[in-house]
Amino acid sequence: MIFITVISRDMKNSDNISAGKESSRALHPFMTMVNKEISDYIRSWRFMILLLLVFLTCLGSVSVSISNIDEAVKANATGDSFIFLRLFTASDGTLPSFFVFISFLGPLLGLIMGFDAINVEENRGTLSRILSQPVHRDYVLNSKFTAAIIVLSVMMFSLGFLVTGTGLIAVGIPPTADEFLRIVFFILISILYISFWLNLSIFFSVKFRQPATSALAGIAVWLFLTVFYSILVSLIAKAAQPSANASAGQVMAYQEFVMNLFRVLPGQLFSDATTTVLVPTVRTLGPLTVEKIYGTIPGSLPLGQSLLIVWPQLTGLVAATVICFVLSYILFMKREVRSR
Amino acid sequence: MDGPVIELTDLTKKYGSFTAVGNLSLSVDKGEIFGLLGPNGAGKSTTILMMLGLTEPTSGTLRVCGINPTTNPVEVKRKVGYLPEDVGFYEDYTGFENLMYTARLNSIPEMEARERVMHLLERVGLSGEESKKAGKYSRGMRQRLGLADVLVKEPEVIILDEPTLGIDPRGVNEFLTLIERLSREEKNTVLLSSHHLHQIQTVCDRVGIFVGGQLIAVGDIDTLSRELFSHEPLVIEAGVSLPEDPMKAAETIAQIKQKLVEVDGIVSVEVNGNIFRSACSGNVSGDIARVILDSGFVLTSLSGKEYGLDDIYNRYFEGYEKQR
Repeated sequence: MIFITVISRDMKNSDNISAGKESSRALHPFMTMVNKEISDYIRSWRFMILLLLVFLTCLGSVSVSISNIDEAVKANATGDSFIFLRLFTASDGTLPSFFVFISFLGPLLGLIMGFDAINVEENRGTLSRILSQPVHRDYVLNSKFTAAIIVLSVMMFSLGFLVTGTGLIAVGIPPTADEFLRIVFFILISILYISFWLNLSIFFSVKFRQPATSALAGIAVWLFLTVFYSILVSLIAKAAQPSANASAGQVMAYQEFVMNLFRVLPGQLFSDATTTVLVPTVRTLGPLTVEKIYGTIPGSLPLGQSLLIVWPQLTGLVAATVICFVLSYILFMKREVRSR
Repeated sequence: MDGPVIELTDLTKKYGSFTAVGNLSLSVDKGEIFGLLGPNGAGKSTTILMMLGLTEPTSGTLRVCGINPTTNPVEVKRKVGYLPEDVGFYEDYTGFENLMYTARLNSIPEMEARERVMHLLERVGLSGEESKKAGKYSRGMRQRLGLADVLVKEPEVIILDEPTLGIDPRGVNEFLTLIERLSREEKNTVLLSSHHLHQIQTVCDRVGIFVGGQLIAVGDIDTLSRELFSHEPLVIEAGVSLPEDPMKAAETIAQIKQKLVEVDGIVSVEVNGNIFRSACSGNVSGDIARVILDSGFVLTSLSGKEYGLDDIYNRYFEGYEKQR
């Protein structure tokens, strides 16, 4: 909770500073809108509750991984096993690890930040008033998105570094530069993942006039993608299963097919990407034949190579985010805005 | 600026096959208070939205302050203040904060904005209420806050969409006086839409009557009434005391009506109870009185009246309905 007050104090300070400066020069209208949205988010109860929730779960998962890290240290007495990164991935099974928590809470965060972005303004009649001011129409959408991303980024970075800091105190081993960069990339990927859900919920908020409907639609998509889609895929996989005496090529093709079905899921893309970034020993995300493994020297990949492996996943996440944004953009720009 | 401030030429807006606004041409001059009058759903709001570039016309051109709002809405919105039908404010912000936000969106420097907002709040009679949350404002207060909100950017043109809706009669009067005073003092052009005849009648210089997406008449109220009722500019109502027996009363009415129609200058006669309503081409009240008295009936009242906006409106509306 400390950094909530820090953030809000910062906001107030910057308000005062900008007020002083603005006596001569006014802020750009877009920045004004972003400022307002950010302060609205930070002051809202919903954000406080979310923050508390995320904070508590992270605290839980970190305490679990810290208690487990001793074993990891003992097991890898030789060193060079990225002990620090185990803070984000280690778990004894009682509580999921930090990155699993993020993959679970991320969608929730994104959905909750965006589901009432446009429709509430429309229902309150503030949208037509704002649009009658000399601002471009897309400023409304862009400012909502920018503000939410800024707030989420600050939050994710604070959490990530909080975990890092706690680990530093508890374990006593400082992270290497490579580990630190991996953590930063992990946070960036998380923000990307959350921003996909944010854009999806903004899209629903443009589409549906009732905030409840748009929230429900967001949760429905989330449930479908996390629960029902995998059931569907396993059904398809069973039906498409090759016979016992199929050739190795056929089995490979089948495996690829099932993998690709899963890769439609943003959640799958996210967990693939984060696992690769946080676990440097992961060398590939596809099926491996014995021939491929044969002769490889066991060891970890450098950060650049890890990123290269997850490049398709990242592109997919960016694409999904952009598609959602474009859809809501088109819908919003074509919309006729009437007073309520 | 020379020429009309608002100029609409052959403006058409269609929603699918439904024509909301059809071939509308209209011009409003600087400093004028123009009233758009029409029943609900006549296309007034759609026209206003097109003027602000909030929706695109299907065909036709618009010029507001010499700028095309369809292609350049931001420039137009710099010069035009618009008060929507049911204006909304951020409810957990105070009235002052809401106006300050508008001022910032208009890139008004902070210090100047503060002064202007406080001055405007005083002007619309909300001083002392500025630190109250906008969600706690009453309807009338919200509407006045809306007017202040419109004025923050010091617009050249003010467009008010049904500004008096839902305010009590006294509030309406205050509000209209405020608008009129502002327009006269600041030389602003005001476009006011309403379905309330009397309110428009008291403040507007010119009126456009809008029915079913068509502008069927434009002009000041005198001209309109003269045009419409050119053959029958005057109505004279005569009250006659009738016998109590219904049979006899009906007979009397028929008798008087017959005689009145014969009078030179009376175009038509309508009977409503014991009131004879004669549409006349000139003042023939003397003749009417003579006819009734000569026939041996008792005249209880005699009054002449001019047509108001009510009659104009109804007349136009009737005509339009018949056409369809």
